[in-house]
Amino acid sequence: MTETSPSPLSRRDFLKIAWAFFGGVVALETAGVFLAYLQPRLAEGEFGSIITAGLVDDFPANSVTHIPNGRFYIVRIGDGGFLAVYHRCTHLGCTVPWDASAQKFVCPCHNSQFDQQGTVENPPAPRPLDLFALTIENGEVKVDTGNIIQRQTYDIAQVVYP
Amino acid sequence: MEEQTPQPEPSLFERMRKRLTPEGVPADDRGRMRMVMESLILHIHPAKVETTSMKWTYTWGLGGLSALLMTILGGTGIILINNYTPVAPQAYLDILEINSNVWFGELIRNLHHWSANLLIVVTVLHLIRVFVTGTYRPPRELNWLIGVAMLLLVLGANFTGYLLPWDQLAYWAITVGTSIISYVPLIGQWLTQLVLGGPEVGANTLLNFYSMHISFIPLAIFGLMSYHFWRVRKDGGLTIPKSSKQTEDPKPERVTTIPNLTNREMIFALSWTAALLLFSMLVPAPLEGIANPALSPNPAKAPWYFMGLQELLLHFHPLVGAIIIPSLAIAGIFLLPFFDLNLKSVGVYFRSQRGRALTVLAVGIALIATPIWVLLDEYLLNWTLWLPTWDTLISNGLIPLAVIALPLILLDDRIHKIFQADTEERVLFIATFLFTAFIVLTLIGIYFRGPGMNLYLPWNMPVVVH
Repeated sequence: MTETSPSPLSRRDFLKIAWAFFGGVVALETAGVFLAYLQPRLAEGEFGSIITAGLVDDFPANSVTHIPNGRFYIVRIGDGGFLAVYHRCTHLGCTVPWDASAQKFVCPCHNSQFDQQGTVENPPAPRPLDLFALTIENGEVKVDTGNIIQRQTYDIAQVVYP
Repeated sequence: MEEQTPQPEPSLFERMRKRLTPEGVPADDRGRMRMVMESLILHIHPAKVETTSMKWTYTWGLGGLSALLMTILGGTGIILINNYTPVAPQAYLDILEINSNVWFGELIRNLHHWSANLLIVVTVLHLIRVFVTGTYRPPRELNWLIGVAMLLLVLGANFTGYLLPWDQLAYWAITVGTSIISYVPLIGQWLTQLVLGGPEVGANTLLNFYSMHISFIPLAIFGLMSYHFWRVRKDGGLTIPKSSKQTEDPKPERVTTIPNLTNREMIFALSWTAALLLFSMLVPAPLEGIANPALSPNPAKAPWYFMGLQELLLHFHPLVGAIIIPSLAIAGIFLLPFFDLNLKSVGVYFRSQRGRALTVLAVGIALIATPIWVLLDEYLLNWTLWLPTWDTLISNGLIPLAVIALPLILLDDRIHKIFQADTEERVLFIATFLFTAFIVLTLIGIYFRGPGMNLYLPWNMPVVVH
């Protein structure tokens, strides 16, 4: 029998640490599996996919058109540029109607107000209405509703021109 | 040798009955105590109880009533499952079917709805009762923590249940309520998507909420409830109340649990069941038109028990109103028994004579100051306008928070100096003040907020046609 060199870690302590470590790993793995399992899945062809809103010429300049199944407005600003504005209020998620007479979005829930480009005119909304990525292909306006773009300010770079 | 008259063999029914209740209820005290000790169900009680702890006006039976409501909710919930499909829009059609074509369907749904709403009121009152009598002090701190955890689960049960009818009321209350989650720093968006099962309230949300409502939450409540009861016994039973005038311990008079306590419980449970049944026959649970994601009603309100929170959101930046203040409040409630340690006044309502005066004062100040603050903030204070270059988190969050925190700190200091209030009385004062203010905010949210969330008097409330 050979003498083992004295270790700073006793057998008991080593096992304790090993158990705690592997127990922790298993707990994290289990939590990870649960979270991954519960991740939302998006169905094709529904909200979350690319939706064709219409032809470029369907939208006159300086107009706001609601596309309810895509949850967005097609805003065509005065110079002919396009924005796809998510109709969900950035405050608490109510659907914001376009008030044509006042020329602004007015949220019925907490009276947040946004101008045509979605910029906040009246709080409590903390940031402008979100956008969707918009592309124009062969004269068709296509909106990727799976890609919600949050923004802090309105910028001309957000506008898409045909 | 003498002939013995043969005893008739006991019938099968007789033998089964004897197994269940060997001697019926025994006539003597010893037998009754033995029956409590030997019965699984009765064994949540001790064999003998103090007459003083049985006084109605001490506990108001609030814990027992919570347990009764849980039982009713379990029973009605289990059979409601059989006529409900958690799929939109079928869910709404199923509710219509329950209300019109299912035998006793409307009664059972009403009973479930009203019991759930009453449960929130009763559990909150139970928490208040335990707080004002100071009975969460050592060794009962753990049971307080379990109780608060159950209160949060009860709110979760109510909130998840709120969506299930899939009407406009449900859809928008849950939309507004879950949007609050998106303000959690860093992981808000991810967490909202996880809870909703997608970017907005939809089919996945209904399934998520349904599964939480019928499996995880009731199971967790049942487990904690059993532990809560067991801990009551382990911590030495109910505290024995003392009137605040006599502080020396009176020799408690003790009586047997059967029939003194069990009879009271039976009368109490039956009366409440009868009252709930009657109420559910007369008052239908609300049901609006089918959920329409394109049309937000005006105003869109959260469930009534979250209206205090929604009122805070009208006055603060969402991070402050929805996350910071509620987190501090919940942490404060959890930690109360660790601040408030004086064992002398356990079981005394409002701690002492001075405590009573301070409670009245706190309620009075909160009743007056809260509406004034709401009006000021609504019509006069406009920090975002005055400080346009500042981040709204500061101008609309931290500054208004400081505006209400400073007077409160000064008030606490005055109370300390003028009344020579000790720590437990100051805790009582501050907690009572904040709680009353929260109740006032909830009432303002429910009754005084109208279209556009503007303030109206309840009798001048414009009627909005959706």
